[in-house]
Amino acid sequence: MGQDVFEITINAVKMVAIFLLMVQLVPVLVWVERRGSAFIQNRFGPNRVGPLGLTQLLADAVKFLFKEEYIPNGANRLLFYGAPVMALVPGALAFGSLPLSMPIKIEPFSISILGMSIATTKAYTFAFQSFDIGIGIVFVLGVSSLGAYALLMAGWSSNNKYSLYGALRASAQMISYELALGLSLVGVLLLYNTFTFSEMINLQQGPLTINVMGAVKEISFLPNWGIFFQPLGAIILFSAMFAETNRLPFDLPEAEAELVAGYHTAYGGLKMLMFYIGEYGHMLVASGLMVTFYFGGYNLPLIDSAQVVEHFVGHGLSANAAAVMGALALFVVFLAKVLVFLWIFIWVRWSLPRFRYDQLMDLGWKTMLPWALANTIVTAVVILVLRNKWVH
Amino acid sequence: MSPLVIILALGVFVAIFGIALVYVSSLLGPRQPQSQMKLTPYECGLEGERREDTKISVNFYLTAILFILFDIEIIFMYPWAVAFGDYLSAGNGVYIFAVMAVFLAIFIFGLIWEIKSKALEWE
Repeated sequence: MGQDVFEITINAVKMVAIFLLMVQLVPVLVWVERRGSAFIQNRFGPNRVGPLGLTQLLADAVKFLFKEEYIPNGANRLLFYGAPVMALVPGALAFGSLPLSMPIKIEPFSISILGMSIATTKAYTFAFQSFDIGIGIVFVLGVSSLGAYALLMAGWSSNNKYSLYGALRASAQMISYELALGLSLVGVLLLYNTFTFSEMINLQQGPLTINVMGAVKEISFLPNWGIFFQPLGAIILFSAMFAETNRLPFDLPEAEAELVAGYHTAYGGLKMLMFYIGEYGHMLVASGLMVTFYFGGYNLPLIDSAQVVEHFVGHGLSANAAAVMGALALFVVFLAKVLVFLWIFIWVRWSLPRFRYDQLMDLGWKTMLPWALANTIVTAVVILVLRNKWVH
Repeated sequence: MSPLVIILALGVFVAIFGIALVYVSSLLGPRQPQSQMKLTPYECGLEGERREDTKISVNFYLTAILFILFDIEIIFMYPWAVAFGDYLSAGNGVYIFAVMAVFLAIFIFGLIWEIKSKALEWE
């Protein structure tokens, strides 16, 4: 029984810690976004509160907390208060299913109090993610599309035309780009033949290996990353992610020139902040998916995760400590890769103008969907030609 | 530990976290007498229209219907893509590709038909 309590405790701590990590990354990202936009537009940005304006967000959070409660006349109270809560859930669930680092293998160790050994545990393997669900891709797609409900709830319940139009635009745009997004993932599935994130990451270890009609060619200076096999799919997935997260150049739902602020026009204070957490959570998930599918996940290029653990063992750590240290080191690698993509999100936002709505829909349905389809067919044909055993 | 238990626990935890945030901010905010004008929905100073009077373009409905069709078709490709490798190593690659080619032909026909029928034209 005691051993089960250990496992449950670790799982609960992991679950809470990964959610709080997501929530805590949001203020950092908002700071990066504001300083980054200032950098791009050649101005200062927040620089008064704390060093480099870093504590600006703490001040903002306190201000949000003490804002007056406001609910417009005729609003549906349940949906109005439920929408910000609903905005948090999908991002948190999707982020929880991403492998942030390699699984930690714990060998049996003895628990001792005052020098007396009281119990010996069994061997555990803890995945460095809230939960390891086998159908990773399908789960993330399903859960993250629940985000549309939050927008619709907010838009419908506010009793405000701007909110309603913003929510309608947002949901129409999200479902349109979900097609291109879902189709571009078929190429990934053809490449790895698995739904599980951790297996995909394991398949991307080592140098670039190309299987040509049974002959294996190895390019030793390049990592075996998905981006070299699926460049078009990666581009389509990443652009569709911009539309899914409602960010420029696809931020029509909150086009402030026409719609004031879109679906969260009637929201203020912490409730608005929760929509922001949802949006940035979606960005985190999107970047995490890009890294997992196309950029080797948490692994360093050309270095196996087992080698990292061996490195720590070589520095005189015990096997368990080395496993934990190795996982933490690779977690930093994952975070660094994710931050690169988050920076691209911010960079694009402050560099590109907004689309017109019909252009946006045309791009989704008439350009990206056919290209994703072509990517699927070409990938299937190439894999068929190169890998098929033509003779039984 | 089954992932479903953790998913459920995480969902409940996040929901409670969110509800707590909403509740705390409603406790801490200042309470001022609410005038009737302040509570009217934001509408640039004009009298607001009722929500029920708002006209919504039919294109939103069309997009949603077409989305359901295409999304289901795309979901059908997922198990095919995952099983593709097994069929290849068994030497049945041409068969599994041909089967999907029929499905894809219908998919492409549907896409072209939908674009030609101007279902996706926004004025």
